[in-house]
Order: sequence, then structure tokens, then C-alpha cells
Amino acid sequence: MEESQIREISCEQSVLSKPDGSSDFSQGDSSVMVGVYGPADVKQNKEILDRATIEVIFKPKIGLPGVREKAMEKMISNTCQAIILTTMHPRSSITIVVQVVQDAGSLLSCCINAVCLALMDAGISMKCMVAAVSCAISEDGEVILDPTLKVAQVASSVMHFAFESKEKDVILSSTQGMCSPDQYLSCLASCQEASDKIFTFYRTSAERRFSKT
Amino acid sequence: MAASTECTTVLPGDILTDRVNRSGSKKYKLGPGLTVQSEDVVACKCGVLKSKENSTFWIDNHQKRYIPAKGENVIGIVTLRAGDIFRVDIGSNLPASLSYLSFEGATKRNRPNVQIGDLVYAKLLVANRDMDPELVCIDSSGQSNGLGVLSTEGFMFRCSLHLCRKLLSPECSLLRVLGKKIPLEVTIGMNGRIWLRCRSVSETIGAMNTILAAEYTSDENIPSMVEKIMSAMAGY
Repeated sequence: MEESQIREISCEQSVLSKPDGSSDFSQGDSSVMVGVYGPADVKQNKEILDRATIEVIFKPKIGLPGVREKAMEKMISNTCQAIILTTMHPRSSITIVVQVVQDAGSLLSCCINAVCLALMDAGISMKCMVAAVSCAISEDGEVILDPTLKVAQVASSVMHFAFESKEKDVILSSTQGMCSPDQYLSCLASCQEASDKIFTFYRTSAERRFSKT
Repeated sequence: MAASTECTTVLPGDILTDRVNRSGSKKYKLGPGLTVQSEDVVACKCGVLKSKENSTFWIDNHQKRYIPAKGENVIGIVTLRAGDIFRVDIGSNLPASLSYLSFEGATKRNRPNVQIGDLVYAKLLVANRDMDPELVCIDSSGQSNGLGVLSTEGFMFRCSLHLCRKLLSPECSLLRVLGKKIPLEVTIGMNGRIWLRCRSVSETIGAMNTILAAEYTSDENIPSMVEKIMSAMAGY
């Protein structure tokens, strides 16, 4: 049995001219576009005296954002809160706009990876990088990395993990469906291993970008 | 900037203690993009690590947003006149303030002629993360030294901060090469704004496109790039 892998990843940075940093990231057929504005002016009522305010706006492909989108926003902003050095820019705002272009499974991890690339493009000070990996447990207990929508629909549970680049510690963990503690830990381990591929991708794309100057 | 030839791409979270210590000097200065976290020198931005005289280190990247730094010359737009001060937009998160007394020859009676919407070329006197930035248009001896209100006949456009630094570095030949083709007057602010004045509109557009194209052009390719744009312009 061939071991499951993360789908093909591709990315383009600085795609938009208005935002301070942007990225167009796709993982298999899932694709999102992210724009980052900041450190920018902040509204008086949202101002925090000793650190930057992080705001995430999640835009679905069609329709208005609902509860699911609000939950995504919260998860992305908590992840960013953990990696951005917010104390470097007090009384300012960092606004992250995530636009879904195509949802073909593992959307949350795709969004987090795209946000990380856009933050790097914007030159926002960060403690470290973040990479997110999703996985699913199929009916017969098999771990499938980076599931597509079809796989996720029939799976007994779907999980999303985000790891930081230094120690590979878990920043975010989100699960849907039921699984045993052992299954959870095995999923965590295989996702942690797979996150290496994303970190390597970040490095190669940055090296290629800066080799021109 | 006499940067070393060694170029290493660094990503946020990379530990650079060994790289900094390898230079031999005990004392070192860390510039933008580098922080110290529990005795380790850590990169916090994505870019190219550069060093000067093996004791000063910083990260160079293609950032667009300006972070004010003390002593830098910037181009600002006057947005508000509030009593004794002007509010000036310099592209940072907070607007800067500029006192009407900090112009050459200005006194309480003799106020400088600054209108809302005017461009000013000014130096940052106060710039830190906890305070509003403060600008002045004079040096310590009260001379303007090139600072002040920019003429309304010019044209201002935005570019990345990296391009501004590149144009101002003594190694960059672009403005010398371009100046031989088109007579131009140019002011470069460190906040990613360039003010330009040429003889005609078409020359201004040509000069602007040449400057913007220089961002990803290496120094040896600049004369041929300028030549190309100038020949394309010749028909207009």
C-alpha cells in the first residue's frame, strides 16, 4: 500500500498590488488567495496599547460568511497570534483577508499555509513559521493525509493540525468526528512528519525568489 | 552599503547565532529583521541576510509598508493643519507631526506656506514604536539642506522600500545613466515614495517606468535596460 502524501503545492507571492503582502496558494485543487495589510492604522476601539491587533476576514467562495466562516476566522487568527511578534508594533493593526478560490478539501490547512506565505511577503515580524496539515481516518482505520472533499465526506474523522517551524510543536488542533486516542496520536505523528514537506517548500520558494536580487 | 558578497536567504525562526559569531567580532549590531530570543540571534523576517564590516547585520526584503526609523528622510503628504502642527501621512501606521516652526526661516510671525495636500521632504526626528513620529524640515543648524515643501509641478509615485534603498546606494548607477538621457529632478523618500520632475509628461512616464523596472534588474544590466526603454519612448 502506497503511503498517502500531501497533494501538489504551488504558490505565488506579491500577486496583488494594493496589500502589503499577498499570496496565491494552492494545494491540489484547493486554492486560496490571501492579502495582508499591516502594520496599519487601527480603529480607536480595537487599539491594544502594548501589541498589534490581528484581524482575520474570511471570505467564502459564494454567499455571505456564516458560523462556519467565523470559526475559521477565529482559528486562523489564533494561529497567527501565536507566531506574529505582536509586541513589535503596538497600537497598530494587522489585517489578513482570506479569499477562497476553490475548496477541494483540507481548506483550513490550505488557508493557514497561504496566510503564512502572505505574512512572510508582507515582512511582518514573526517568531517562526507555521505549516498546517490535514488528515482523515477512513472507515477501515487508515490514515489519509491531505484528504480531498470526497475522502473527507466518507471518513470517520477529519483532523487539522498546525505546527511551528522551530520545535514542530502543535499550535492548532481541530477535529471532526470520532476517533480513539491512539488514532489521534498516530494522525498527529504522521501530520508532523508531513509538515516537513511544507517547510521545505517555504524555503525553496523563498530562495528562488531572492536569488533574483 | 558595502554588503558582503555572501548572500543567504533566511526565513523567520532561523537561528543565526553561529553566522553572527563566525564573523569574529565580539560586539555586533542587529538591524531590522533580527531579534534576540533567549541568547540566540533569530531572524523574524523573510529575506536576504546582509552584513557590513562583519559587525552589523540586517535582513533585506521586498517590504512595501514603511516602519519609521530615526534620521531617515521621507516624503510625506500633508493631511491636516491643526494649530501649531501639520499632520503628515508618511505611510506608517500612525500619521507624523510636523511643527510649522521646523522650516527654514520660519518664525511665529513668518509662517511657512504649506497647504493641505502638499508634499514635504522631511527628516524623522522622533521614531519609535510607542510614540507618534515627528518630522522636521531643517537640520540642527537651522538650514533646510534640501528638505522642505516639494514643488507641485512634480509627480509622486510609490514603489517598494527595497527599490528606494537600492537607488540611494552608491553602487546603483541607474540615476546617473538615466540622467544622461533625460534631464530630471528626483527626490527619494525612504518610505517608498519617489518624487520626479522632468520637462514633459512623456519623459516623466518614461523615467518612472525605468525606475520601477530597476527593482529586479542587476546593476550590469541597467544601461541596456535604460537604452531599451528610451528607444521605445523615442516615437512619442
